[in-house]
Amino acid sequence: MIRMGAKTMISHSLRIAWKDLMELFRNRMGLVLLILMPIFMMTMVGFIYPSETSMNNASIALVNEDTGFGGYNFSSTFITMLNSINDNASMMELKDASNLEDVREMIQAGDAEGGIILSSDFTANIMSGQQGTITIVTDQSNPQMSAIIQAVLNEVFNQMGTALAQQNVAEQLDIDPSNALAVVEPLDVQVKGAVEGDFSYFDFIAPGIMAMTVMMSVMTGLPAAISHEREVGTLDGMMVAPINRLSVILGKTLAQMARGILQGTLILVLATILFGVTVHGNILLVFALLLLGVFSFVGLGVVLTSFAKEQETAVMLMTTIMFPMMFLSGVFFPIEQMPWFMQAISKVLPLTYVADALRKVMVLGADIPMLTNELAILIGFGAVMIAIAVPVFKRAMTR
Amino acid sequence: MNSEGKTISGQAEGEDLLENKVMIEVKNLTKKFNGFTAVDHISFEVKESEIFGLLGPNGAGKTTTIRMLSTLSRPTEGTASIGGYDIVKHDNQVRQQIGLVSEKMIMYDRLTAKENLRFFGKLYNIPKNVLNQRIDELLELVQLGKWKDSKVGTFSTGMRQRMNVIRALLNMPKVLFLDEPTLGLDPQSTVEVREFIKKVNQENKTTIILTTHMMTEADRLCDRIGIIDHGKIAALDTSTNLKKLVSGGDSTVLKLEIQNLTKKLVTKMEALDCVQSVSQENASHLKIHATGDKTFDTIIDALRADKAKVKSIENLQPTLEDVFLQITGRQMRDKADNKIPVRNRGHSMPQRRIR
Repeated sequence: MIRMGAKTMISHSLRIAWKDLMELFRNRMGLVLLILMPIFMMTMVGFIYPSETSMNNASIALVNEDTGFGGYNFSSTFITMLNSINDNASMMELKDASNLEDVREMIQAGDAEGGIILSSDFTANIMSGQQGTITIVTDQSNPQMSAIIQAVLNEVFNQMGTALAQQNVAEQLDIDPSNALAVVEPLDVQVKGAVEGDFSYFDFIAPGIMAMTVMMSVMTGLPAAISHEREVGTLDGMMVAPINRLSVILGKTLAQMARGILQGTLILVLATILFGVTVHGNILLVFALLLLGVFSFVGLGVVLTSFAKEQETAVMLMTTIMFPMMFLSGVFFPIEQMPWFMQAISKVLPLTYVADALRKVMVLGADIPMLTNELAILIGFGAVMIAIAVPVFKRAMTR
Repeated sequence: MNSEGKTISGQAEGEDLLENKVMIEVKNLTKKFNGFTAVDHISFEVKESEIFGLLGPNGAGKTTTIRMLSTLSRPTEGTASIGGYDIVKHDNQVRQQIGLVSEKMIMYDRLTAKENLRFFGKLYNIPKNVLNQRIDELLELVQLGKWKDSKVGTFSTGMRQRMNVIRALLNMPKVLFLDEPTLGLDPQSTVEVREFIKKVNQENKTTIILTTHMMTEADRLCDRIGIIDHGKIAALDTSTNLKKLVSGGDSTVLKLEIQNLTKKLVTKMEALDCVQSVSQENASHLKIHATGDKTFDTIIDALRADKAKVKSIENLQPTLEDVFLQITGRQMRDKADNKIPVRNRGHSMPQRRIR
């Protein structure tokens, strides 16, 4: 009897899911948006987000106040070097300026994003065995950009300084330049990732966006779909039929899940084509994790559906919950950057664990044994939420 | 079962209906929404193959009653059973044998007529070949056969309502609930839908409960009518008996068209002994309520004496409208006079929740 009941319930659920998908695919506009949304999301996040330390064609004002010393002029050598480095990397676009005031005005007018000033006694100081002074002028109104300019220029000047020192030491001690480098910089620091290969910010963010899109589909789609049917009256048609109340929820969830997975796949494809993201782990595991993510969210979605009487409320309720969740679950920013109380909240959000597990699989190529924590939490969270959701939904449906 | 038989049974409080078993039994059914009582301890019985009408103004509690009986809403108090099954305890057995034509159209605009019917039919576990045949028959029955592969969204209101009705018949229900089935339809579609309801009732012996705020509809379709107001059943009887309630035997309602109608004439009419009330409908029409044996003579004499140019006289039968006004109208006005704010709150708010 019970098995029969479960069988008919599932067949009714599939009917409802199929019907929902038919409606979805016949809605041209909706379908276009369905495909556009992940594309927008991907390109926006992928291209706009700064890759932390790189800078491209930033306009930098250059002031050369150096008066030279005894016929020597180190500053022009310095500028030639700077130019040749820049020619390869095209980090910046150098603009001439006459003094600090001039640089400030250029920054204020928006003509420059930063400035470099070589002091008047630049050559003189170096010739007399002192440090030459270089001033970096930054634009405080754009802290992110000024931090990048600062970091990049520091790095460039350090390298130039090291090269200069290496040359001096080699000349004075009369040793091989490569040995001289060991004197000037005894430590050689190298960075290696857990996995071989080139990784960008996008590798970090793509799994998160996938997780988020699928969750969002279920979280916003489920309440919107059910409250919409309630409003137009078609829900009554299903409720008045002798079907298990749960097959309505199950069917709707299946349809939304299919929609979410479709979008998730689209993101994955785009990420691979446009941003060179590679999946290092098992692709099937990626999808299995997405499904598990949906499972962990369904209960929450159903509870919210039961509370929202009409579509408008449902959508508003969802947005209110989705928005903080997006930022608190480490999809865009690492959780470790957040203050402790936000980290605490982030630890109870299932999206955190889905994104985390996905990242482990996609970037680090992790397998199931390495994901036991995340899996246990997601299954537990999902089961508890569903246990709460089922009676709440049954009650709400026969108000 | 023929139509003649039905009329007789309706009039004489049912010789053959009396023998029919009780299909729907409602006892003290009550529904409260946050302190507002939408349906207030109503009790009635409907016999098998009867057409039972719930007549009342908007917000009277008709839809809420239907929703409770069709298991979409749980009663706060009281019980009801359909075909012997309790609507709360055995809701799934109840659902098995009912069909619902709700005020809102139950169908998906982006699906075709056939797809819609197939979807709902599948929810009743009807085998595929049986279902397909039934869908074709039902579509033919309401002349939608050639539109079966068109999307419902492209249908006219009349076509949609016919779809809405046959959708409720997919599981061949023993009891059919119709909530305002002709609301918003043009006269032709209204007649079509009414004819169809009668046909279903006669051919399949389907018990039908319908709600309406149109007196003529209740009058034409229903064997018995329950007048519902403020969540209570104010009167319940056959249409004929309800009308007797108003006419009380010897009263007459006359509609007169007088070319040279004056205020003086109206006052004179009102002053007549046999006349109970006079209402002037427009510049030339008068409606006179009168009682007694010689009403016609008295009124005509009075008119002649005043040299009134009478263009036409019509002897009106009391309509359900009169019954309705008699039973609920006055009551409603009385209540409104006493406590306007309470009534307003009660009327505007819950309505949104009921729908």
